[in-house]
Amino acid sequence: MPAFTMGRRGSEPGRAARSGAGAGIRTSMALTQTEIFEKVRGVVVEALAVDEEEVTPQASLFKDLGAESIDVLDIGFKLEQEFGIKVPQDELNPAAGMQDARYIKDGKFTPEGLEQLRAKLSDFDLSEFERDPRVSRLMDLFTVGFLVKYVEGKLAAK
Amino acid sequence: MRWMWIDRVVELTPRERIVAIKNVSLAEEHLHDHFAAAGDQPALPVMPASLILEGMAQTAGILVGHAEGFREKVVLAKIGRAELERDAGPGMTLRYTATIERMDPVGASTKGTVELLDHADAAAGFVRIGSVDLMFSHLDNNMGGAGRSGEAFPSHNFVFGESFRTLLRTSGVVVP
Repeated sequence: MPAFTMGRRGSEPGRAARSGAGAGIRTSMALTQTEIFEKVRGVVVEALAVDEEEVTPQASLFKDLGAESIDVLDIGFKLEQEFGIKVPQDELNPAAGMQDARYIKDGKFTPEGLEQLRAKLSDFDLSEFERDPRVSRLMDLFTVGFLVKYVEGKLAAK
Repeated sequence: MRWMWIDRVVELTPRERIVAIKNVSLAEEHLHDHFAAAGDQPALPVMPASLILEGMAQTAGILVGHAEGFREKVVLAKIGRAELERDAGPGMTLRYTATIERMDPVGASTKGTVELLDHADAAAGFVRIGSVDLMFSHLDNNMGGAGRSGEAFPSHNFVFGESFRTLLRTSGVVVP
C-alpha cells in the first residue's frame, strides 16, 4: 500500500494501445464508432478520475463529470496520444470557429449560429438548449459524444 | 519568500528531461511538526508528501519553462497521478526526474519519478519510491493575454523569480 496516493490507480485504459497509435499500425483498419467511444471513455476516465459507468455519450464534461478548463488540455493531449491525431486546443469546443457576430451576438447564438451548431452537433437534441441559447450554457453541450464525433472527423481526415 | 523545494538541477536536456535533487534536513522547521511527538508516539520527522509534489512541480516546471526561455508563466495546473511508497527523512536525498510528455502553446504534461538515497545505505543507491505526473498551464495563453479571458497578470515573470534564477545559475543551467 503506497504511503501516499492521488489520482487513479490500477488499470490504465488505452495505455497498451497508445504505443501503436502513433506508429500508424491501424492505418488499414478503421476504428468503429464503438471502438472510438471506448477509447474516448478511457481517456475521460483517466483525465477526470470518474467511474466508467458515468461516461456516457450524453454526459457533459463540465456539468456532469466535473471537468475544469485545464482538463480540456489534458483530454486533448490524451486524445492525441490515443489516436495519433493532432488536437489544436481551440478545436475542443463545440463553438470552435464560430466567434463571429453572424453566429454569436450579445452572448447568445443567433438563428444562423444555431443552424451551424445543429449541423456540427447533428447527433444531439438541441431543443432544450435552443430555448435559452446563451454561449455560457454551451459548455453543457461539450459532451463525451461530442469528443467521439470530433475524433471520428479527425480520423476520417487522416 | 524562499519557496524552493529543490537544491540543485543536476541534468537538463532541453525540452526532454531534467533531474534535480533535494537534501532533506532537520534544519527545516516543518520537519519538527511533521510529525511531532504525541502521547506515547515519538516524533517522526519526514518530508510532507505535499512538498515532495511541490519539489517535482518545481523540477518539471523548470524543464517546461526552459523550453520557452522562461518567458512563459508556467503554473502547476493538475496533478494527474501521484504515488509515493516511502517516507523521506532527514539526511536522505530525494532525486526527481521529469520528462515532457506533451507540450503545446497553452501548456504541457510531464511524467516524473521520485527516488530516494538513504546515505546510511549508500550501496543501495537511489531507490525509486514513487511517480508524479503533472500538467502545467502557460498562464498568459490560458487566463490572460489578448483574446483569452483577459485576466490581468503582472507582465514580469513572477513564476521564475530570483530564487529560481539563483538555483539555475548555481546548477550551471544556461538560461536561453
